[in-house]
Amino acid sequence: MRKFIVLLILLSAFAFFSHCKKSTTQTAIINGAGATFPYPVYSAWAQDYQKETGTRINYQSIGSGGGIKQIESRTVNFGASDKPLKPEELEKLKLFQFPAVIGGVVPVFNLKNVNSAELSLTPETLCGIYLGDIKNWDDKAIKEINPNAKLPNEKITVVSRSDGSGTTAVFTHYLSAVCPAWKEKVGTDTSVKFPTGIGAKGNEGVANYVGRVDGSIGYVEFAYAKQNNLKHVKLKNASGNFIEPSDESFQDAGSSGKFEPENHFYLWLTNAPGAKAWPIAGATFILLAKEKQEINKEVTKFFSWAFIKGDASAKKLIFVPLPNDLKEKIRNYWKANNIQ
Amino acid sequence: MSSNFKDKKYLWDKSIYVFTFSAASLVLLILLGILIVLMIESKLSFDNFGFFRFIFSLEWDPVKVDFGAGTAIFGTLISTLISLLMAIPIAVGTAIFVTEIAPEKLKKPIGMAIELLAAIPSIIYGMWGLFTLTPIMANYVEPILQKSFGWIPVIGTIFQGKPMGIDLLTSSLILSIMVVPFTASISRDAMNLTPSIVKESSYGLGATKWEVIWGIILPYSLPGIVGGAILSLGRALGETMAVAFVLGNKHQIPKSLFDPANTITVTLANEFTEATGDVYLSSLFYLALILFIMSFGILALSKYILARAERRFKR
Repeated sequence: MRKFIVLLILLSAFAFFSHCKKSTTQTAIINGAGATFPYPVYSAWAQDYQKETGTRINYQSIGSGGGIKQIESRTVNFGASDKPLKPEELEKLKLFQFPAVIGGVVPVFNLKNVNSAELSLTPETLCGIYLGDIKNWDDKAIKEINPNAKLPNEKITVVSRSDGSGTTAVFTHYLSAVCPAWKEKVGTDTSVKFPTGIGAKGNEGVANYVGRVDGSIGYVEFAYAKQNNLKHVKLKNASGNFIEPSDESFQDAGSSGKFEPENHFYLWLTNAPGAKAWPIAGATFILLAKEKQEINKEVTKFFSWAFIKGDASAKKLIFVPLPNDLKEKIRNYWKANNIQ
Repeated sequence: MSSNFKDKKYLWDKSIYVFTFSAASLVLLILLGILIVLMIESKLSFDNFGFFRFIFSLEWDPVKVDFGAGTAIFGTLISTLISLLMAIPIAVGTAIFVTEIAPEKLKKPIGMAIELLAAIPSIIYGMWGLFTLTPIMANYVEPILQKSFGWIPVIGTIFQGKPMGIDLLTSSLILSIMVVPFTASISRDAMNLTPSIVKESSYGLGATKWEVIWGIILPYSLPGIVGGAILSLGRALGETMAVAFVLGNKHQIPKSLFDPANTITVTLANEFTEATGDVYLSSLFYLALILFIMSFGILALSKYILARAERRFKR
């Protein structure tokens, strides 16, 4: 009996190792890490890219802050961050930066008697809710904008992110842009001190809490709102129109943004000026180490491929591909920096 | 040839000595290494905030770069305290049931069930807590608690606030469920060690079952029970994933059982990978150092209490 078991173990070990030998051919592997928001798109692109070229892209979604730290210490080949780095920071850390895809952050809510998009908010009311100044759903300020909505006399449960996140960075950047009180009291970062409410872990956590707690409001990337069937708000944009989140409103925000290669595409798309633009949109960025020219060429080859062939899969996952003129600017940026 | 034989045996003994000595020192070195790394990394935060200011400050503001451990330390201590308050009576009661009251046929299944409960990974507790326990707490348990106790003048303040299920009470409950099996097993073993002759003599003198349990068995097994409770305290202090989903993750001192809170472990798990900024990262290391020292201190304290209790009983 014992001999049989030993034989079985040896056979399975042999089978395992011989299988291993077959797959260690000369495949190139590119390692990236960073933002969780674009993870579905990057992994879909990586899968298709590997099928076509055999090069494997290994992306770990550890968060924007993690991505920045890892590319800073050169442990990965590219970093991904929802928060763009300023040109001075890029100079200091010796990094290149360019956007890869665009998404939107959407306030979602849970009210029994109000349907999706039947609740409209202005920047001031959204700010007041998150500052804790507006405490009840039937507050005068909300009622003014929504005269026909059946708003209950209940306390608003505010849900935010407890972990550091690019989604938070985009959301707080928007609030700082439209609300001087927010800018002074709280500020913009991947992790801030929210004045009120509870913190959930990840976009999934916020979606979970808002889905379950009646009378709650939270902010998530649009993909999560759609996948979890959460009710979203209509938000008043910079042009004064109440806009619903959608592919078109994100595209509008994306194309109105003036990305400049000279300052490494540092741009926040929040509060975009277009008439139909969604106010809380943002691009997610790729960071490359300046001195690693050879591996940078491999990374840009991947993203160049994605710019040509990846639009359909990005759209399927409810992301917004970059507008074509921006893609051109990025290609010129690569050429100018010798990483094409 | 006989001298050869002696040399071989001596060599073997010596190598065993060297091997076991290195194994033990390796453990010590790793412990020391961790402590040194924590101290080095937290130096920046220590320089900025000092010792007492950091421990008592309730601020946690990454944008204004102002950090304080007060909320996290308080959350860690209070959630552990509440969980132990709930867990120890249940654990000791279970142990009493299994050793003294249960019929023979039930003893083994209940014992096995307790041990299985202890084997469940903590993240499964976290997931179960979020998806199953939280709605039950929010819709049934917490409103009932609020109605029954919320009106009492002083104590009622800890039952205020909208019951969401994602708060201090639910996380303490999950912690106590995790703590019960360990404490129950150890208490059961401690109670089984009561010499049966003492029990039989008290029965012979006419004592009831309860008098024997309360007067004889519990005093005898008290050191063991306390030891088990303190080990569970150590485990509850370090629990992360079980609590991370249901605690609400808010850097504040909870004023009610239904308020969200934060613990050191949950703060570290949530914010470590994304902490940009040197002071931010250093403050997280500082928190970790505080937890390290706290756990160490509590373990040392428990050993001291146990040693004193055992000395008292050996009299």
